Amino acid sequence: AGGALAGSRVAAQTADPAITELQPWMQYLGDGVDAHPYGTPSPHEAHVVRRNVEWLTADPVSSVNFTPIHELDGIITPNGLCFERHHAGIAEVDPAAHRLMINGLVDKPLVFTMQDLMRFPRENRVYFLECAANSGMEWAGAQLNGCQYTHGMIHNVQYTGIPLRLLLEEAGVKTNGKWIMPEGADASAMTRSIPIEKAMDDCLVAFKMNGEALRPEQGYPVRLVVPGWEGNMWIKWLRRIEVGDQPWHHREEASKYTDLLDNGVARRFTWEMDAKSVITNPSPQAPILHSKGPTVLTGIAWSGRGTIPRVDVTLDGGKNWHAARMSGPSFDKSMHRFYFEFDWDGKPLLLQSRAHDSTGYVQPTKDELRQIRGENSIYHNNGIQTWHVNERGEAENVEVS
Amino acid sequence: AREGGYGLGREALPEEIAAWDIDIRPDGQGLPEGSGDVWTGEEVFVAQCASCHGDFGEAVGRWPQLAGGMDTLDRKDPVKTVGSYWPYLSTVWDYVHRAMPFGDAQSLEPDEVYAITAYLLYLNNVVDDDFVLSRESFAEVEMPNEGGFKPDDRPETELTAFSNEACMEGCKESVEITMRAAVLDVTPGSEEGEAEVV
Repeated sequence: AGGALAGSRVAAQTADPAITELQPWMQYLGDGVDAHPYGTPSPHEAHVVRRNVEWLTADPVSSVNFTPIHELDGIITPNGLCFERHHAGIAEVDPAAHRLMINGLVDKPLVFTMQDLMRFPRENRVYFLECAANSGMEWAGAQLNGCQYTHGMIHNVQYTGIPLRLLLEEAGVKTNGKWIMPEGADASAMTRSIPIEKAMDDCLVAFKMNGEALRPEQGYPVRLVVPGWEGNMWIKWLRRIEVGDQPWHHREEASKYTDLLDNGVARRFTWEMDAKSVITNPSPQAPILHSKGPTVLTGIAWSGRGTIPRVDVTLDGGKNWHAARMSGPSFDKSMHRFYFEFDWDGKPLLLQSRAHDSTGYVQPTKDELRQIRGENSIYHNNGIQTWHVNERGEAENVEVS
Repeated sequence: AREGGYGLGREALPEEIAAWDIDIRPDGQGLPEGSGDVWTGEEVFVAQCASCHGDFGEAVGRWPQLAGGMDTLDRKDPVKTVGSYWPYLSTVWDYVHRAMPFGDAQSLEPDEVYAITAYLLYLNNVVDDDFVLSRESFAEVEMPNEGGFKPDDRPETELTAFSNEACMEGCKESVEITMRAAVLDVTPGSEEGEAEVV
């Protein structure tokens, strides 16, 4: 293949020792099948890890870390790399001692064991979970150098779970039951108010991610899945669901996860995550390491309101745009993968991606968002990201006019 | 759903519901019997809370500031505290009782939570120093920023505006870099930096 470019291939001057010398793995026996009952990545991939930013929070227990999205491809996030956000650390729950209670405005308040939950019909769905604060540090300008830090409060996995509707129907929601309040079993006892329409629509009570049990840091043994909505609402270590006739206005929907606008008024109940995208390669942590010529640009896009039929990319800071190539499954409220292959001429680039979702919404620039919201919203920053790539292939987080 | 349900689970007992159903609403639903005054609140606060939040809710280090910041919400660096930002008193009571002190959650008795809440109101100039908070007096308190919130208005203010045809060619005359992360240099692996807490 590649006949047109054959003339540009470099001829070898000396023989390659990777070929001419016998490598140890060619000669000696490797580990047996009994060596790794639960496998781990190659030691050569040791840099592909969650990372945190110490100065972001007062301590590492109520804090966040970041998915290494610049090292990943496709749309599924490996379980061990899914970013974490806790408010009282990782609760180490014994599933035998875990209960799920449904109470409030129901015909019959119920208690379920994990064994009970395993007897309800299940569904498998792929959804992104994005922290409302993803890219929040970038409201006032370019700050963190790497998409892991600017866009890595997200993961995308396949959940196996019970439709929340089935559990609520088992208890029997009274006609004045308009809201639910899921609550976690950890020491923060996280609570949020969710309208009953969403609860009855597509929420899941999930116990598996990517085929295996939830990781403790993701809510083992059971968490709420709230497709398309801000990650804070996906209550982990789910122990109780109360049904009520009005929202609770708890700390995580009053003090936090409310979005302050320029005029001092704040939006509350900003649940959906708007359409968003980011180029993961090249990016500050993933520079171009080859010379000019064929180059693969790739990234991810997602929307809390549907699918992503189209992503545009620009190499010149938004003067001209090109349709990227979507590859991989396109699920509702899931991460999508895009590619744009181009011949790099070795000159500086200003890279951006622009997602279009299935409702017709087009990802805005940061300036367009700031014009409406100001710089103090903290949450829901889905503005277009720019990477400046220099002649050496190094990328930097920048803002452009 | 299956006709008649699945018959799974069992009915929750009243004492089980009482043990877990501790949530409080703005209308006071869920508040237990009890009361606490400002000066008792100060004692409890200094003993249980001040090592992180400061004697007067002013915060130690990066821990959350609980008092002050009045009239800063429309400024460049807003200070969002219980007094300047939180819309409902019930949220204070519920959260302190539910999740504080950090590392020893649900260790406070209802009277202590009433007292701490009264002290926080006093620190924020919402009540006088002789105030006693109880289930009965709860409804008298109005938080300064109760009117400072509106529902999600993105459907009106953004969704249509951001659903226009996207420009593909010749969209800009020129492009200048206006800000660079490398200048700020706060990414891990570089020097320690200062920035907004999330």
